[in-house]
Amino acid sequence: MAAMQRALAAPASVRRTPLLVRMARSYQLYLLLLPTVALVFLFQYVPMYGVTIAFKNFKPHLGIIGSDWVGLRHFIRFFESASFWRLIRNTIFLSGYELLVGFPIPILLALMMNMVTGARFKRTVQMVTYAPHFISTVVIVGMLSVFLSKNFGLTNHLIDVLGGQRVFFLGKEQWFRSLYVFSGVWQNAGWGTIIYLAALSAIDPELHEAAIVDGATLWQRVWNIDIPGILPTIVILLILNVGQIMGVGFEKAFLMQNALNLQVSEIISTFVYKVGLLDARFSFSAAVGLFNAVINFVLLVSVNRFAKALGQSGLW
Amino acid sequence: MAVIALTRQDRVLNAVLYVLLSLILLAVAYPLFFVLIASISDPVLVNTGKVWIIPRGVTLDGYAKIVQHQDLLRGYRNSLAYATLGTLLNLGLTLTAAYALSRRDLPGRNAIMLYLTFTMFFSGGLIPTFLLIRDLGLYNTFLIMILPAGGSALHLAVSVFNIIIARTFFMNTIPQELLDAAVMDGCSDLRFFRSVVLPLSGAIVAVLMVFYAVGHWNGFFHGLIYLRERERFPLQLILRDILIQNTFTEELEIDDENALAAMMLAESIKYGMIIVASVPVLLLYPFVQKHYVRGVMIGAIKG
Repeated sequence: MAAMQRALAAPASVRRTPLLVRMARSYQLYLLLLPTVALVFLFQYVPMYGVTIAFKNFKPHLGIIGSDWVGLRHFIRFFESASFWRLIRNTIFLSGYELLVGFPIPILLALMMNMVTGARFKRTVQMVTYAPHFISTVVIVGMLSVFLSKNFGLTNHLIDVLGGQRVFFLGKEQWFRSLYVFSGVWQNAGWGTIIYLAALSAIDPELHEAAIVDGATLWQRVWNIDIPGILPTIVILLILNVGQIMGVGFEKAFLMQNALNLQVSEIISTFVYKVGLLDARFSFSAAVGLFNAVINFVLLVSVNRFAKALGQSGLW
Repeated sequence: MAVIALTRQDRVLNAVLYVLLSLILLAVAYPLFFVLIASISDPVLVNTGKVWIIPRGVTLDGYAKIVQHQDLLRGYRNSLAYATLGTLLNLGLTLTAAYALSRRDLPGRNAIMLYLTFTMFFSGGLIPTFLLIRDLGLYNTFLIMILPAGGSALHLAVSVFNIIIARTFFMNTIPQELLDAAVMDGCSDLRFFRSVVLPLSGAIVAVLMVFYAVGHWNGFFHGLIYLRERERFPLQLILRDILIQNTFTEELEIDDENALAAMMLAESIKYGMIIVASVPVLLLYPFVQKHYVRGVMIGAIKG
């Protein structure tokens, strides 16, 4: 019946049909949406209310609603704690380093893949460089630990052969960030090229043909056609990445942590986990997490605004 | 790309590119290759640095030990169950929501999109989510490993991203005329989704399936946070204990011959475990090659 009605109310008259009638006709579409909307409400929006425990002195037997308000006490305690600046610094250094190295490499790689002649070679490079993306974080860190093992690892055997001193890489503070960042490059740089290759393939081939007729070299074409062509993509991904700078992944840092490198490897997300779930200091940990989420959100919004001010299209 | 005639300078550049890309290829492939040859070589030769390019003293002892490892096998079974059921649930939710949102005639479509995308940028965070899960009685249950719930980036934020991809796919591939014609014939929305949209969407279903399955299989955080009993642990949690947590034997000086041999064997088994743990994902890889890249492109690039 609903279908019949809609069939009669052809597209031209859609605007004039009352909202409630249109909604009633679409009830099956709402039905399709219902499970997702409900789950998102339960698991994403309800915890947003739960954020209030950051401003309370949460007692398990009182529950979130029954616990006493304490205002900003947990935030102040965090700001004044000895670990505050260390956590901020570790988080920013780690993700800043990752961004600085990990962001440009896929762009360069994509440009190179796009430039090189020989479709088979290009496909091989793609196939091999995409593969590590599918390996789990646990396995990646496991590979680091076997390859870098002081007594048994490949790296140290090589150092030995070359006449150097064996190094316990995973236990050295100064190696933590580089290992984190470059293993990430190894794993994800290939995969990261996909979006740029897509953007490159969307560039009008006539631009290149015209440039070739005018005698432009490959290099000039890359510089004047390819790079400007993917600039909007670069900007959008940069915004997304900068917006995540405080949200650097929990898993890998956590897995690479040990007592010897904790001074540099403890970041906000791992701290929240340990204080909150292992020590059960729920309110304090939630305050730290909220502080982080707010900074993240502010960063994202301001980077987006900045990009727009520069005349680039932002995320919204 | 159009290549009409290469100048001399271009040929040089092209040669440089070949060399650079070949080096990159090697740098990515070698660690994977080494894991493979180390897993089938004699532990003593591997751990004393005698194996570099070809396997030596070929043996399957490591793998024999792995298939007897009860903890690992249970983790494997758990992960298979979590990944299969979790992926099915993810697929069902993502496809239905994405289709409804792809319909231009859905009243309130933009509001619902906003409702979903907001969660990509802001969330309650770990602790409130954890408390909710616990209060719902989902802590340490089979169900929590399957539900798209709770705190970890994979489970909801990424789902919303996938909804956007699938929605774009539907908008670009399901012609309005098809819907109009079906409506004329008295076809309901649910029926149209089931009988017309789904059969036309093999590519995006494949993409999402791989995405979710790999995510579940590789996931570590979710189990770490929400499970207590070892019997329920997914593979990745078990792997972590074996692969990573004994790094501390590193600093020990080992004199005892037997202890050393045992350590070398333990170290060698890790290579095999890396292979075994990655096999299911590697099986999906050709599939990825075929559908994923194209599917993501269709979904990600509008028009």
